[in-house]
Amino acid sequence: MFSLINILYLVAAVLFILGLMGLSHPKTAVAGNLKAAAGMLLAIVATLLDRNVIESGTRGLMLIAAGIALGAIIGAVFALKIKMTAMPQMVALLNGFGGGASVLIAGAALHDAVNPNLQLLIATAVSGIIGAVTFWGSLVAFDKLQEFLLPGKPIHYPGQQLLNALLGIVALALAVWIVVDPTSDTTYWVLVLVASILGVLLTIPIGGADMPVAVALLNSYSGLAGAAAGFVLNNNALIITGSLVGASGIILSQIMCKAMNRSLANVLLGKLGSGESTGASADETYAGKIKSTSPEEIAMLLETARRVVIVPGYGLAVSQAQHAVRELATLLESKGTTVEFGIHPVAGRMPGHMNVLLAEADVPYDKLKEMDEINPQFGQVDVVLVIGANDVVNPLAITDPSSPIAGMPILEVGNARSVVVMKRSLSPGFAGIPNPLFAADNTLMYFGDGKAAVQALVAAVKEG
Amino acid sequence: METFISALTIFVLAVFVGVFVIKRVPPLLHTPLMSGSNAISGITIVGAMISIATPSPLSTIFGFIAVVFATINVVGGFLVTNRMLGMFKKKE
Repeated sequence: MFSLINILYLVAAVLFILGLMGLSHPKTAVAGNLKAAAGMLLAIVATLLDRNVIESGTRGLMLIAAGIALGAIIGAVFALKIKMTAMPQMVALLNGFGGGASVLIAGAALHDAVNPNLQLLIATAVSGIIGAVTFWGSLVAFDKLQEFLLPGKPIHYPGQQLLNALLGIVALALAVWIVVDPTSDTTYWVLVLVASILGVLLTIPIGGADMPVAVALLNSYSGLAGAAAGFVLNNNALIITGSLVGASGIILSQIMCKAMNRSLANVLLGKLGSGESTGASADETYAGKIKSTSPEEIAMLLETARRVVIVPGYGLAVSQAQHAVRELATLLESKGTTVEFGIHPVAGRMPGHMNVLLAEADVPYDKLKEMDEINPQFGQVDVVLVIGANDVVNPLAITDPSSPIAGMPILEVGNARSVVVMKRSLSPGFAGIPNPLFAADNTLMYFGDGKAAVQALVAAVKEG
Repeated sequence: METFISALTIFVLAVFVGVFVIKRVPPLLHTPLMSGSNAISGITIVGAMISIATPSPLSTIFGFIAVVFATINVVGGFLVTNRMLGMFKKKE
């Protein structure tokens, strides 16, 4: 029976990998997700054949069924009710539950172990540390994204890194203690407590706009905690899946950091623009050079444009303007204009977030262009509409090596014939620096509130 | 020690598989990738079920809570990923 279960786990793991492979293209992605779900069902059925589960009789089965029913209801309500703008919060919560589950599984295994071996003890301690950091870190990330209790801003206090380092050392010392003296559960729960505090303290200095990195990293941790729980139970399904998820989260964090030209350490410590910027002030940058425009003027500009690129930022999602933008794009296309979207990798609050928001508004995915694909083409674009984006189109990233965003890859919209920037005001973005794009010769500023401003533009284009 | 080495082998090889598979996912689908990987990390349900089944009441309680957590991941993750992927359409 043991080998049958393991063969079924292997099949499940293969289905997970095939599922992830399906995500390489939107056409195969839905089927991929179903394959992975089938793999999960198989793994659950296989576990019902486990000796312990069979021996636990009706009581065990009833409890398993009740737990699954309860979790399924909660999960389904989340999944069906969640707004697409709130996806980062949902993923943060799910990361947290994954970490929490690993803490509990390792705790139970330690409690039940008779003569635990070294592998079980080390893996239990690792599950406890990573799992608790993931659980509490994710709850803080959720809270920051939701702006519920804590502000989205980074929280700093004196001795912050020293305290974190100390807690880390205490956690490691407790881990050693568990290995040396595994007779008491108490050490494990103290370890979990210390790691929980660490999880909270590690996440509070991370700013709202850096949350994509934090969420991706916590995603990775939840996988690693699961893999560690796999070492505790000697369970291949957990080990394989945990490492797949761990790898995924690490890669996504790296991609996000690269798209901001920042190191992971820099993001995790909540540092941005701490260096003295020698760049021009907002007044010097903007004085007398800002050309404000009206919907009617933009409509005229769009009338003669053959190719238009829309660059959306998170501001677009906040004001729920994606449907109005889609209407504008459809309207322009009906007049024979080519309309595409240029998406910066860090647009939105998590990796790929902007793509989901536009897909929800029925923008076909072949219109969504990655930065590397669209950048060389801006020279042939007649009009770029920048909606609710700022730092990701700031040329200072290229021209000013002392700027806090120096070296960050940007969407080079300035190469287009005309640029229209839709924004509420000239206020700076997250980096806190002025944007010379707004003062450029070929840029027009259209001041207004996201959704209403786009709707006014749609009306003007219809009349024109 | 023998079992540890074989478990470690599986872990290391799976990390490599993960890196190669994930690198092929385009940025377009990075959000569904995250929710989908949340869903499969709900595989901890397997360990949680075994914890429930042990005779000790304390482990049964831990196991029960872990099953609830893991099932939220599984059901919530797969459903929301499916919902999101359904939105990605090519031009009609």
